[in-house]
Amino acid sequence: MLTFLRVIGWIALLAVVAVLAIAFVPHRRTPPQAEAAAGAEAAKPLYAAQLADCAACHTAEGGVPFAGGRPIESPFGAIYSPNITPDPETGIGGITLDQFRAVLYDGIGRDGRNLYPAMPYDNYRKLSEADVEALYAFVTKELAPVRNEPRKTELAFPFDQRWGIRAWKIAGLPEAGFVPRFGDPVLDRGAYIVEGPGHCGACHSPRNEIFAQSGYSSEDDAFLTGGEIAGWRAPALRGDGSPIAGWSAEDLDLFLATGRNAHAGVGGEMRLAIEHSLQYLTDDDRHAVVAYLKKIGPQGAAPAAPAGPPAARPDAFGGEGATETERLLASADPGMPLGARLFLDNCAACHFVDGQGADEIFPALDGNQTVTAPGATGLVTTILRGAALPSTGIRPMALRMPDFGGRLSDAEVAELATFVRGAWHNRAEPVSEERVRDLRAEIKAQATD
Amino acid sequence: MARQEKKKDVVVIGLGWTGSILGIELAREGLEVLALERGPDRDTVPDFQYPKVIDELRFGIRYGFMQKPRNSTLTIRRSLDETALPYRVLGSFLPGDGVGGAGVHWNGQTWRPQAVEYRLRSYVEETFGKDIIPEDMNLQDWGVTAEELEPHLTRFEYLLGISGKAGNLNGSIVEGGNPFEAPRSKDYPLPPLAQTWDSVLFTDAARSMGYHPFPRPAANASAAYVNEYGMQLGPCNYCGFCERFGCLNYSKASPQTCVIDALKREPTFEYRVNSEVLRIEKAADGKTATGVTYFDEAAKEEVFQPADLVIVCAYSLHNVHLLLLSQIGAPYDPATGEGVVGRNYAYQVNGGTSLFFKDKIFNPFVGTGSSGVTIDDFSISQIDFGREGFIGGSYITAGHSGGRPIQQMSLPPGTASWGAEWKAAVGEWYGHGMSIGSHGSNMAYRDTCLDLDPTYKDRHGRPLMRMTFDWKPNDIRMNQFMGKMIDPIAKSLNPDILSSSYKKDGAKYDVRPYQTTHNVGGAVMGVDRKTSVVNRYLQSWDIHNVFVMGASAFPQNIQYNPTGAVGGLAYWAVEALRGDYLKNPRPLM
Repeated sequence: MLTFLRVIGWIALLAVVAVLAIAFVPHRRTPPQAEAAAGAEAAKPLYAAQLADCAACHTAEGGVPFAGGRPIESPFGAIYSPNITPDPETGIGGITLDQFRAVLYDGIGRDGRNLYPAMPYDNYRKLSEADVEALYAFVTKELAPVRNEPRKTELAFPFDQRWGIRAWKIAGLPEAGFVPRFGDPVLDRGAYIVEGPGHCGACHSPRNEIFAQSGYSSEDDAFLTGGEIAGWRAPALRGDGSPIAGWSAEDLDLFLATGRNAHAGVGGEMRLAIEHSLQYLTDDDRHAVVAYLKKIGPQGAAPAAPAGPPAARPDAFGGEGATETERLLASADPGMPLGARLFLDNCAACHFVDGQGADEIFPALDGNQTVTAPGATGLVTTILRGAALPSTGIRPMALRMPDFGGRLSDAEVAELATFVRGAWHNRAEPVSEERVRDLRAEIKAQATD
Repeated sequence: MARQEKKKDVVVIGLGWTGSILGIELAREGLEVLALERGPDRDTVPDFQYPKVIDELRFGIRYGFMQKPRNSTLTIRRSLDETALPYRVLGSFLPGDGVGGAGVHWNGQTWRPQAVEYRLRSYVEETFGKDIIPEDMNLQDWGVTAEELEPHLTRFEYLLGISGKAGNLNGSIVEGGNPFEAPRSKDYPLPPLAQTWDSVLFTDAARSMGYHPFPRPAANASAAYVNEYGMQLGPCNYCGFCERFGCLNYSKASPQTCVIDALKREPTFEYRVNSEVLRIEKAADGKTATGVTYFDEAAKEEVFQPADLVIVCAYSLHNVHLLLLSQIGAPYDPATGEGVVGRNYAYQVNGGTSLFFKDKIFNPFVGTGSSGVTIDDFSISQIDFGREGFIGGSYITAGHSGGRPIQQMSLPPGTASWGAEWKAAVGEWYGHGMSIGSHGSNMAYRDTCLDLDPTYKDRHGRPLMRMTFDWKPNDIRMNQFMGKMIDPIAKSLNPDILSSSYKKDGAKYDVRPYQTTHNVGGAVMGVDRKTSVVNRYLQSWDIHNVFVMGASAFPQNIQYNPTGAVGGLAYWAVEALRGDYLKNPRPLM
């Protein structure tokens, strides 16, 4: 018994020492890392910031760029992004390069505080020193100071205990630095962008038990096999279930540059990534990302985009080879079920009764993972609130789908969503009226936040 | 004391088709461009969003996208000895307002003039002799040829993603297209729209009579499309709400779908809405413009906006009004025939035959603004003016644009227009009718003109513009001729009821019923400054840093809808500006 108590006592003491060590022993900061992919030029400061997509998180909706204040939704509550303009009081004015590198590599703030991993320092650990310096130059020299005190992040206990983040880092952080491994400068550049500054895994990789990304490079099987962000499905970028498996390299390239292609239109948080980051990638960098993603997906070569002049839409639907859904819709039978009728009255004008939409402008709904995702957050949110594509250099149109929340009741949205999730080749579970009601309430809360 | 804004390189007056094209092209030259739009901002979502734009009462009857006469109108009379009265209720024509202008609510028919239409006076004199030209007809050449405009017309059609079929590719006649069109360098960017049944019946009837039916060139996309600015169109769903409505479906070409989001990305471009230009200001020596004065609706004050270059891109009638108010060019005096600004106003001469069939249902609610089939066998280039006794021509066409419940409820003549009898007739005839129409040229005459009204003023205290216009025997004869050509086609379809509407001898212009928003002339282009306001590059003869776009440049009206030519001329002017004027600002002729 005594022995047992003694053992317990030792364990308790060790735990206390460990906790105290985690909380109080100074961090060892990761030193500068070598050049990333061979031959990559030192990025220009603005381009480095675009590559790392700093703007998406560090700019509030309608706020001054980089002045912070955007809520980053996490399962533990909203984390508000800080002001990263060089304002001495409310921003990061006076930060040294070493301090700045510690933020990017180790998630350690200037004041020594552990930063929430909403800041993807687990990915930024792969940044080359050249890119760190370029980013440093951007935030200290190119940005004008903006006085803006963003809202404080206030997570509930125990997530407000920042020393806990250090424990998380010990368990969750990958090795620092990027090691080229493909022996091909294009693929290595693509890997560097995707795994490092692009921090694609932050959304597109599943999270493990301790909410760390499941893998940080294509060597890890779970890397980029799909995740979740703000309730939306971030689709798998690898594997058979990946929607991009059926896309040609040109399709993927166009999507990254514009948020749209023959198959899909961007929605959810990815819209910000296109708007603030991916549209600015140089052609070479974008091609490298596409080459890398195509390389690490097992899908092999996808069909090339069809060439030649556009073909007119068929002027008859529901004919030979049509799906059952298309036939039902084309029948225009007033007795069809409510969900189908709502689709005809609200959606068919653009998405068509075959669910195929139209190239680059009306996303296909048949086989669309936003439509079939578990929980249907993306689909229902899009119906209720509408959607907008970002204006980009080569596709400037800020194409908008109108909102239908004011026109359709919760029950109608549920019927419609359920119909679309089971239409054509889609086979996803129904959506309940309660689910729509909850999402409508969430949207309303966000709007008045 | 007017507020003064920071100087710009270019001020563009009006942000419709020509304003957005000139805006983007000049901004891409690195110039600081400001567009001033008198109406509100407009975009597909929320302004044309489904389903609220599908509201015939609000937009079709109450003119939601049109100018309000209380803000802007003109006075109209039919002869020089009448007293003009204000056009207080829109009827005959419907100028647009707001960003996109009439490019928001048009139908989308996008034609090129025939080669002879650009040089109509020369053609008539060479072919039929000077003597056939009526004494009071101011027949003129444009000063530009089909060959010169061809690349610019092509560029405009590719901007809009026109659905159609070429009939003359580089001189080779293509089966199924319009064999009488001027040679074009490329086919249309998109294949033709699907045709409704009335068009199919007309096609068969016309072909069996030896005519040459072809699909109308349509700015309603038949497939997804991306234009040179990266702007996009989606395939049209034939909802039947084009004319008078903004397109809910990103399918109808408009400044919104084809230019504006690209334009907004230009760092040197800015636009201000609810900013009506009151006048163009001239330098003390009267040789150049110094900018414009506009009324800032939000601040309720006049603003002077200095600029090096002023591009007038308002609706054709307003272009002329602004020039008259700004005293740019000598105003036209119909009594003496002297002066040029306001000279040669022209309209369009249309007619139609309605056919009703007890046993045919046309599903009229399936339609677009421009699907349909046309023959050009009685076009300007195909008629012996000497033999027929008129100058002009028409295209003859069938196809419907929709089956809306209020305005497209066409019923046989003699039907009661309200009450139980009307309801019964609607039940009996809705969907059973089709029509064959003629859409024709209109010549300009010594007394069809625009000047400042001596009595009426607008809300800014400026004199309204006065229109003097009436139908003339030449054009009435042309219209009656078309009725005679259409009649046998219509009869060959064996309708149960047939009714025709063409101009009778002595017909007078009636401003109440809608006819067409194809008002042209008044700031005519040409190579002779005695008979034109702008030179062949659309540059003012008098003030070289003022360019005037739009159909106000047409010396008389073509037989087609004007937008294609307006767009082609805009790119033609862009080329002159970019390639020549900007390097060395001066009179180009």
